[in-house]
Amino acid sequence: MEDNLFKTCLYDKHIALGAQMSPFGGFIMPIQYTNITDEHNAVRHKAGMFDVSHMGEIFVSGPDAERFVEHVFSNKVAGMEPGKILYGMMLYPNGTTVDDLLVYREFEPDHYLLVVNASNIAKDYDWLCAQKEGFDVTVVNESDSWGQIALQGPEAEKYAVETLGLAKAAGLAFYTYYNDHTAEGSRIIISRTGYTGEDGFEIYAPHDVINTMWDTLLAAGVVPCGLGCRDTLRFEAGLPLYGHELSDEITPLEAGLGMFAKVKDKDFIGRDALAAQKEAGLARKSVGIELQDKAIPRAGYPVEVGGVQVGVVTTGYRSISTERSVCVAMVDKAYTELGTQVEIRIRKKVFPGIVTKRRFYETNYKK
Amino acid sequence: MAKTVDGLYYSESHEWVKVEGNVAVIGITDFAQHAMGDLSYVDMPEVDDELEKGEEFGAVESVKAASDLYCPVSGTVIEINEELEDAPELLNQDAFANWIMKVEMSDPSELESLMDAAAYEAMCADA
Repeated sequence: MEDNLFKTCLYDKHIALGAQMSPFGGFIMPIQYTNITDEHNAVRHKAGMFDVSHMGEIFVSGPDAERFVEHVFSNKVAGMEPGKILYGMMLYPNGTTVDDLLVYREFEPDHYLLVVNASNIAKDYDWLCAQKEGFDVTVVNESDSWGQIALQGPEAEKYAVETLGLAKAAGLAFYTYYNDHTAEGSRIIISRTGYTGEDGFEIYAPHDVINTMWDTLLAAGVVPCGLGCRDTLRFEAGLPLYGHELSDEITPLEAGLGMFAKVKDKDFIGRDALAAQKEAGLARKSVGIELQDKAIPRAGYPVEVGGVQVGVVTTGYRSISTERSVCVAMVDKAYTELGTQVEIRIRKKVFPGIVTKRRFYETNYKK
Repeated sequence: MAKTVDGLYYSESHEWVKVEGNVAVIGITDFAQHAMGDLSYVDMPEVDDELEKGEEFGAVESVKAASDLYCPVSGTVIEINEELEDAPELLNQDAFANWIMKVEMSDPSELESLMDAAAYEAMCADA
C-alpha cells in the first residue's frame, strides 16, 4: 500500500522521530509523534511545527493572470496588493467546490501562487488548464519542488525571528507574505497564515532548506505536530476541511463560507449557481452542534429531530481546548437557528444537542 | 509487548473475561488500549441490557477514533463501571484492573469458544 503513496521531503525525519504514519491525500504522513492532545496543546500554548509539504503549489502567470484567477476563484482578486493573500474556493459551474485554496498575489506583476489541498493537486491543475482557453496565461504545478513547514502557536514569531533568523517575520501582517532567499539564491516564501486558529507562519522552501529548518526548530524546542492535532486545531477554530465541510457536493454558501464568494462583486465560475441558490434560499447549511453528554459525535453520524434524520456530522471531536463534545454538521435549513434542539445518533443511542456557531475556540490571530 | 493475564478468557475483538461464578467481568485488553492510545470516552451499556454473544455493547474512543466493543458472552448486564465515565484514562493505566461491565451469563458454555492468554498472545503477535 505504502508503495503507491508519495513521501514528503521530511519523511525520514518523521520515521526517525518514531511518528505514527498514515495515508492522507495520497501521501504517507505523520499522524502523531507522541499523542494528539500534547501536540494540540503545544500549538495552543507554545509553538508547534507541521510538515505540510504535501500541500500543492500552482503558479499562474502571464498578461491575463489577474483576469484568469478572477475567473476561477470565488474571492476578489482585482485590486489585491502585492504580498497579500486571500482565502477562497474554485467552484464548478453548479456552485459545488473543486477545492478551497489560498491565492498569493506575487510581487512580480501578473504572477499568482495558488496553494491547494494535497488530495486535489492533480484535479486542480487539470481544472485550471481546462479553463485557460481565451486567457494568455501559463499554469505550472511546482508542488514536487516545494517543501513547507507550518510554524504555529503564540511563540511562533519568537522562533521564526530568533531561531530561523527571519527578521521580517516580526512585522508581518496576518494574510500577507514576503520573499527571502538562501545564500545560494533559492527562494523562500514566509507567510503569516495557518490552519490552527493561532498566530503563526507557513514557510515554503526547497526540500533541503526545509530539512535544515526542521532540524533547527526541533533543536530549539519547537514541538513536532502531526495531522491528528492539525485536524483538532482547525476544527475548533471553525476552519473547513475539503472532503468534510466542503466537497464537490457542497457549495460555499451551504458551508457557511459565503463571505469568501463575492457573488455581488464579480463574475467567476459557479457565480450564477450561487446567486440562484441565494435567491431560492438554502435547503441546508453547515452548523455547530454541542452535546450535553460526553459521547463523541463523528463524521458520518446522523443528526435527527424526533427520530427523523435532518443532517449529518461532517467533523466531530471531544474538543481538547474546551473539553466539550462538539461537531460541525450539514443540517436541513429548518434546524439551523442557533439554539435549536437536535439529536445525534451515536451507535445505538441518541444524544441531545444544541445548534451553535461553527467556531468552538476563540482564535488568536495577529491582525 | 502488550501484557496479558493468565486465567482470563480473551475474544478476537480484544475483550477479556474474568469468570466469577455465573458472572462474566468484561474489559478491554492491554493490546487494545495500547492500539487506541489515550482514551477520552467509554460508551457503556445500561444495566439490564440483554446482550447476545458478539453483539456490540459500546465503544472506547480516543481523540481520533471510536472502536466498537463486542460482548464475548450472552447475558444480562448487571453492573457497569461508572468510574470510567469520568476517568476513561484508567483503561490506559491498567486495562486489566479496570473492568467495563459485569454480565450474568445465560450460556456459560460460550466461554469455551474464547481464547486463553497464550492463544490470544499468539493472535496479537500475528496482527
